[in-house]
Amino acid sequence: MPLIAITDVKKRFGDNEVLKGITLDIEPGEVIAIIGKSGSGKSTLLRCINGLESIDDGSILVGGVHLSPEESALKALRLKVGMIFQQFNLFPHLSAGGNVMLSPMVVKKAAKAPTAELAKKMLERVGLGHKFDAFPDQLSGGQQQRVAIARALAMEPMALLCDEITSALDPELVAEVLAVVKSLAGEGMTLVMVTHEMRFAREVCDRVVFMHQGRVHEIGPPEEVFANPKTPELQQFLGVAAA
Amino acid sequence: MTEFTLWDIVRNLLLAARWTILLSLVAFVCGGIFGMVVLFLRTGRSQALRHIARGYIELFQGTPLLMQLFLCFFGLALVGLNVSPWVAASVALTLWTAAFLAEIWRGCVEAIAKGQWEASSSLGMGYVQQMRYVVLPQALRIALAPTVGFSVQVVKGTAVTSIIGFVELSKAGTVVTNATFQPFTVYGVVALIYFALCWPLSKASQTIERRLNAAHRHH
Repeated sequence: MPLIAITDVKKRFGDNEVLKGITLDIEPGEVIAIIGKSGSGKSTLLRCINGLESIDDGSILVGGVHLSPEESALKALRLKVGMIFQQFNLFPHLSAGGNVMLSPMVVKKAAKAPTAELAKKMLERVGLGHKFDAFPDQLSGGQQQRVAIARALAMEPMALLCDEITSALDPELVAEVLAVVKSLAGEGMTLVMVTHEMRFAREVCDRVVFMHQGRVHEIGPPEEVFANPKTPELQQFLGVAAA
Repeated sequence: MTEFTLWDIVRNLLLAARWTILLSLVAFVCGGIFGMVVLFLRTGRSQALRHIARGYIELFQGTPLLMQLFLCFFGLALVGLNVSPWVAASVALTLWTAAFLAEIWRGCVEAIAKGQWEASSSLGMGYVQQMRYVVLPQALRIALAPTVGFSVQVVKGTAVTSIIGFVELSKAGTVVTNATFQPFTVYGVVALIYFALCWPLSKASQTIERRLNAAHRHH
């Protein structure tokens, strides 16, 4: 059974239909890259899976449970699926450790001492065990994004959604974040990432989804999609990306 | 006829100023608490409650405090509730303060980046948790200066309650004038006492604003 089952999902912003019927099944442990031009609906799809945007039609099942707009259902969903954002969105008034600890303590009502332990472990996992007490504005962009990953991991999600998580980073900081993502993939975490890092997608992902004008235009294993693009749109997109 | 010294005047006004201070404190504290409730309704998820809160704020911002005071004092009497001027003054000023503080704070809450809401949502937090642990701690730093600044308006607003016979500083000024026939001296002292109450609050607001805007943000 797929971990995330997306069936004929449609999403409209006013007159603009951003998603025109997306169907996609994601198996547990799969690493999926979603590529495509800006405006093709990649980020919207990701935000729909997490319930940050409501869908107009179709269905999304996560772990066999329907995504519905009720608050309680959304909360249950978000315990299963973590999300990492382009702009990190760390809580600036809390230290790195505080950022990681907040949600387990507030949402799962975990006690402070074991949560601090957990936070320490999660920060070590992203290579930032020594930055427990640092505040977000004392960290580099790459470090902030790694704290954001640790923060999501602390909720022990079944899948992580990554929305262009390296796009706001200086080029020299991209590698450290991708290394963390790669290690997560190696540990069997289910990952759905919207990305512009084609080389990374080719290296790490099981399947690549090319989105074009609100539809899944082409889908397949990276060697196939990158080496042998079937549609002119993908050929053009890859040509542009390579150039 | 009795002669009144300046000290007699000042002493009596200072005694009355205690009520101005007490009424200000009650209005500010109770208004702050109620204003927080209005803020949660105003920024919350329920559309109906948001509308109610907005209506409340607009009503109290769009009518003179004096009318609100009259309505509290005479309106409650009409429905058989005989309230003392003190109670009517406290209730009216509390409701008025709550409306203004809720609106000030709403601006501060909305100044917090949308990404903070999205990140905390995606971590499974509900609205109240997001407000309590993520948004308000950040909004507080922006809210502090205008909130303290507004307390000046509350202190000055208490003067209106003299109309319904509550003996605070302004009413005492009238009473003392009627006894001494020295309106200029008496109201001059009244004004000075108001200034002595309000000026430190304005200064505090400015200091807070400067300090929070300084480069160092937490720790």
